[in-house]
Amino acid sequence: MSRTPFRTRYSAASLLRQGLAGQTGWGEAWRAPAPRPRYDFVIIGGGGHGLATAYYLAKLHGANRVAVLEKGWIGGGNTGGNTTIVRSNYFFPESAALYDHALRLYEGLSQELNYNIMLSQRGVVTIAHSHHDMELMARSVNAMLINGIDVELLDAEGVHREIKIANRDPHARFPIHGGFVQRRGGIARHDAVAWGYARAADAMGVDIIQNCEVTGFRFDGARVVGVETSRGPIAAGRVGMAVSGHSGVLAAKAGFKLPIQSYALQAMVTEPVKPVLDTVILSGSTGIYCSQSDKGEMVFGAGLDLYPSYAQRGNLPVGQTIIAALLDMFPRFRTLKLLRQWAGIVDVCWDYSPLIGPSPVEGLYLNCGWGTGGFKAIPAGGWLLAHILATGQHHPISAPFDLNRFTTGRLIDEAAGAGIAH
Amino acid sequence: MLALPCPHCGTRDEAEFQFGGEPAIRPPSAVTDTVWAEYVYMRSNEKGPHRELWCHAGGCGQWFVLTRNTATHAVLP
Repeated sequence: MSRTPFRTRYSAASLLRQGLAGQTGWGEAWRAPAPRPRYDFVIIGGGGHGLATAYYLAKLHGANRVAVLEKGWIGGGNTGGNTTIVRSNYFFPESAALYDHALRLYEGLSQELNYNIMLSQRGVVTIAHSHHDMELMARSVNAMLINGIDVELLDAEGVHREIKIANRDPHARFPIHGGFVQRRGGIARHDAVAWGYARAADAMGVDIIQNCEVTGFRFDGARVVGVETSRGPIAAGRVGMAVSGHSGVLAAKAGFKLPIQSYALQAMVTEPVKPVLDTVILSGSTGIYCSQSDKGEMVFGAGLDLYPSYAQRGNLPVGQTIIAALLDMFPRFRTLKLLRQWAGIVDVCWDYSPLIGPSPVEGLYLNCGWGTGGFKAIPAGGWLLAHILATGQHHPISAPFDLNRFTTGRLIDEAAGAGIAH
Repeated sequence: MLALPCPHCGTRDEAEFQFGGEPAIRPPSAVTDTVWAEYVYMRSNEKGPHRELWCHAGGCGQWFVLTRNTATHAVLP
């Protein structure tokens, strides 16, 4: 793989040099170019998926007229607001192929981008709370093993070995009965993923244009040939759309509907404390997922607010349920203060699997509908959309996730398979 | 917290209600897969005023249609 020509290559030597120079010599990580009138590829959305798409278009497909249009600032949406968990422990072979492709790319990403994404493969432990949970989990684990995913079934003691501070009370509302672990799962620094892709894409000539909102599409007959933006019209050979919680809004501008409903997903962090939790925990029954950040905060979330919302704020009943679920598993967290609570808007497909591929409109391509799990998929989502934009063809990994599955009925129903209660 | 107007019981907290999707009219069964998929799966999913079904599941059980602004959560007349 050829080296990307960064203006400043980050290394121990450059860190030392800058340390001695009082950190005054760091150059900009990416430019702030004015939009050109025409690009071969325009990507709408400067989150992880959009930036990764631009990066792989330039890196793997030799595209040199690529723009990423971001209405706010890059990584300022769900990429910057998620709970940073990465894993590929999925039930269906199509999903395992997709998410494991992402995890494999994540594993090499810090080196590839010359940017530390702080990937910490500390393991992801999913908890079973009853004999019945355990039987279903054994079935899921067998399916994952057949899919080639590194998972291990754990008994209750096995879970307690992984999570020293979990509730041992057999009379807990949701007692720990067992679980399974994916040791290659973990967390990564979400902002760094966006910034790393942005810097590497920019170094290959991609124009990252912030504060540039797409307000409509330009058509030639039935074909999309560009976009209208808050900074003027931009012509495009092909347009890709990776806008997280706003797919329905953009689809309406292009004149079609999607099998998507947008919901608010809450997340919270506590005050920082010393290290007590060195893995990621999930529970399908309570929906809770939690990890401790490098700063020491407990980062956690659970189910969706179950009615459509673009309001980017969570409701109180769901917030209380999330906190109750956390405290049931970790009673000692009762003394922690909540530092922040927020909600991002997530686009959920009916089968809880994403949409990747051509839209109903010629010239416009989709990477959306990731629901509550888009962060873990960023490298694969970008890699696959880049492949589709560059070649006009599906990759075998993306083909099952085409929009046409809602007409053929070949859904990839991860609603239960993904192991999170929604 | 939403406060939703049940036509039978008056204004109650959101915890008593269940969201029931966008209202749609079921097409006759002898339609193409595309028309059927449109009915079953495709949604307008508007940002702004949004017509939606709700059920007062934890109360009187009444179903009703509501217009609600999905960007602000305000219930509209």
